[in-house]
Amino acid sequence: MSALTRRRLLGAALASAVTIGLAACGSDDDSSTGGGTAAAQSVSDADVEAALQAGGNLTVWAWEPTLTKVVAEFQKKYPKVKVNLANVGTSADQYTALQNAFQAGSGIPDVAQIEYYALPQFALQKNLKDLNAFGAASLKDQYNTGPWNSVNSGGGIYGLPMDSGPMALFYNKEVFDKYKVEVPKTWTEFLEAARTIHKADPKVYIANDTGDAGFVTSMIWQAGGKPYTVDGENVGINFADAGTQEFVKVWQTLISEKLLAPITSWSDQWFQGLANGSIASLATGAWMPANFVTSAASGSGKWRAAELPQYTAGGTASAENGGSSLAITEKAAASTLAYGFLKYANQGDGVKIRVDNGAFPATSATLNDPNWLNTEFDYFGGQKANEVFAKSAQGVVSGWTYLPVQVYSNSVFNDTVGKAYVSNTTLTDGLKAWQDQTLNYAKDQGFTVK
Amino acid sequence: MAELAVRRRRSWTGWRFVGPFMVVFALVFLAPIAYSIYLSLFKTRLIGGTSFVGLDNYQQALTDPSFWSSLGRVSLFLVVQVPIMLFIALLVALAIDSGRLHGSSFFRVTIFLPYAVPAVVAALMWGFMYGSQFGLLASINDQFGWSLPDLLSPSWILASIGNINTWEFTGYNMLIFYSALRTIPGSLYESAEIDGAGEFRKITAIKLPAIRGALVVATIFSIIGSFQLFNEPSILQQLAPNAITTDFTPNLYAYNLSFSGQQYNYSATVAIVMGIITMVIAYVVQLRGTKER
Repeated sequence: MSALTRRRLLGAALASAVTIGLAACGSDDDSSTGGGTAAAQSVSDADVEAALQAGGNLTVWAWEPTLTKVVAEFQKKYPKVKVNLANVGTSADQYTALQNAFQAGSGIPDVAQIEYYALPQFALQKNLKDLNAFGAASLKDQYNTGPWNSVNSGGGIYGLPMDSGPMALFYNKEVFDKYKVEVPKTWTEFLEAARTIHKADPKVYIANDTGDAGFVTSMIWQAGGKPYTVDGENVGINFADAGTQEFVKVWQTLISEKLLAPITSWSDQWFQGLANGSIASLATGAWMPANFVTSAASGSGKWRAAELPQYTAGGTASAENGGSSLAITEKAAASTLAYGFLKYANQGDGVKIRVDNGAFPATSATLNDPNWLNTEFDYFGGQKANEVFAKSAQGVVSGWTYLPVQVYSNSVFNDTVGKAYVSNTTLTDGLKAWQDQTLNYAKDQGFTVK
Repeated sequence: MAELAVRRRRSWTGWRFVGPFMVVFALVFLAPIAYSIYLSLFKTRLIGGTSFVGLDNYQQALTDPSFWSSLGRVSLFLVVQVPIMLFIALLVALAIDSGRLHGSSFFRVTIFLPYAVPAVVAALMWGFMYGSQFGLLASINDQFGWSLPDLLSPSWILASIGNINTWEFTGYNMLIFYSALRTIPGSLYESAEIDGAGEFRKITAIKLPAIRGALVVATIFSIIGSFQLFNEPSILQQLAPNAITTDFTPNLYAYNLSFSGQQYNYSATVAIVMGIITMVIAYVVQLRGTKER
C-alpha cells in the first residue's frame, strides 16, 4: 500500500547521502568474534534526521510492551512518520514469522526485535543490515559491554541493544525467613538451602526447572565456560570444558536429589508457584520484575533481589540472560528512517520512556543514573533492586558467544538435555547429545565443524 | 467439415462446465503438491545456498530414526486409541438409536459438544487438569492422599493425548454412526421382531451390517487424524517439553524442521513420505473394509 512512497523516500535519502559524501567510520574494529572488516559509513546522522523530518511508513515487529509508548512519543516528535507496531509473537514465534517472511521475500518488516542469542543466525543469513553503514560504531561507548558485544557479529553491527538481562537471584524472603535459610552466596550454599527448604516442606522447592536452554547457557557463561567457538563459518562446541563442568556438578545434584520443582517456566503453574511461595527463588535476567508485578501479583512485598550465587566464594561473576535488540532487515524499504527509529528507541529519548515503564536498560548512562539506581521497588518491599542489577551488569563475564545456529540448537535442547530431567540420563550425556545434534545440523547447513 | 466443428464445440462446452472447478482444483490441490515435490528435490543451506540434490532428501528420510520413531509413535496411538474411541462412539450411537433412552437428544448434543470446542482450547484445558503441581491431578492427590502418576511424564504422555482425542472426537464419530443408523428402514426391525429377534440380535444382524460403510469411513478419518496428530502435542509441549520431543509425531517433526531449523526442503520430503504412507494405509483399510459386500 505504501511501497511507492517508501521507495521514493529511500531514493531521496540516498541522493542526499551522495551530496553530503561519505563520512569516515571512526571506530576501529574491535569485535570479539573477529572476521570481516567493518563497512564504511554511507549514511550520515544528518541524512537520518532528514529522513525523520520527511516522514514515511515504518513496520516494526516487536513484543516488547514498552515500545507502544515509545512509538506514541516518537510519532508526536516526528509527526510525518507513521509507525506500524505489530506483535507477531514472542521470541521463537516471532522468529518463525520472520523466517517465513524472509523465505517468501515479501511481508518483511523494516524493524524487528531480535534477542541476542538469535542475532548471529539472522546476520549470517544476510537478512539484517549492517549498521556500520549508519555509523553505529560510534555508539559503542553508550552501551554496556555485554549487550554491545552481543550485537556485534563478524565485524558487523546488526542491531542496537534494546534491553539487557544481567542475572540476579530473586528470592521469596518470607520462605527463606520461615525456614531460617540464609540467602545463598555460592551455588554450594544454594544446594544446601535447596535441601533444607525441601526437607522442611516437601511441597516447597528452592526453584523450578524442567530444562531451559537459555538458562543453562547463561549458567555456563557465569561459570566462565566458553563451549561455543565461532570463527566465520567455522563452529565448534565443547561441553566438556571446565566452566560447563562447574555448572553440571551443581545442577546434576539438584536434579538427582529432586530438589527442583518439575514446573515449566512461563506456565500457569509457574506463576502460581512464584506467587504462593512454593517456588522460593529464581535466577534470571533483570528484566523479570515487570513480570512479577503483572503475573504473580500476590507475591508482592515478599520477594527480594540478590546477587547471583557464585561458583567461587567471594567472586562477582555474572552473565546475561535474555535481552534483545532492534534490527533493520536487509530488505527494509525505509532503512534510513528505520535507523532513526532505532536510535530514538534504544539510544535517545525512547530509553527513558522504556526504563520508566519497567524495562531494563542496555545504555551505560542509565546504569549510572542515581535516580534510576535509587528507584524503590514495591514488589521487593521497597528494595533498591537496580543497585543489585547494575552490579551484576558490571560483572558479566566477557568472551561469551552464541552459535549462528542457536535458534535451532535451543529448539532441540529439550529433546536431548531435557532427558536428564525426566529419566536416568545424566546432564553430561544430555549435553553431549545436544552438542552432537547441533553439530550435525551445523555440518548439514554448510558450516565447517571443528 | 460441419460435423467436425460441432464435435469440437461440444468438447469445449464440457470444459466450460468443468473448467472453473479444474482451475480451483489445480490451484489449491495440485499446485501445493507439485510445489512440495519441487521443494523436496533441493537443499537450502545457511552457507552455500540452494542446490539440486535429486532424491537425496528421500534417502535421508527413509533412514532417519527421528522420522521412523515418530511414525511408530502415531501407529501405536492409532492401534490403541482409534478402536477405543470408535467402540465408545458406536456404543453411544446404538444406545441413542435404540429409542430406550430418555432425553436422547440431550445425550446426543452433550456427547457431540466436545467436538465444538477448538482443539487448542481442549488441549489447554486438559493440560491444566493434568498438572501435577497445581492442576486437577494435584488437587485429587491432595484431597484423597493418592499419588496418581504424572500424566505429563514421558511414559504417560501418549495415553494422556489419547484421552484428549477420545474426548474430542467420540461425539463426531457417534454422529456419523447415528446418522447411518437413522437411514435403516423401520420395516426391517418390524420383520425381525416378527421373526422373534431380540435387541441384541437386531444389532448384529441388521444395524452393524447396515452401517458398515460408515464404520469404514470413520476408521479412515481416524487413521488420517492419528497420522496427522499435531495440535494436542504441540500445545502440551509447552507444559511437558521433555516428554514431547520436537519429533514426537511426523507432523510436529515436519513443522519443527521447517520453522526451527529452516530445513524447508527436508520438511517437504517428510511431509510427502508421510502423505504417501497415510494414503497407502487408508487405501488398504478401504479395500478390506468394503470387500465381500
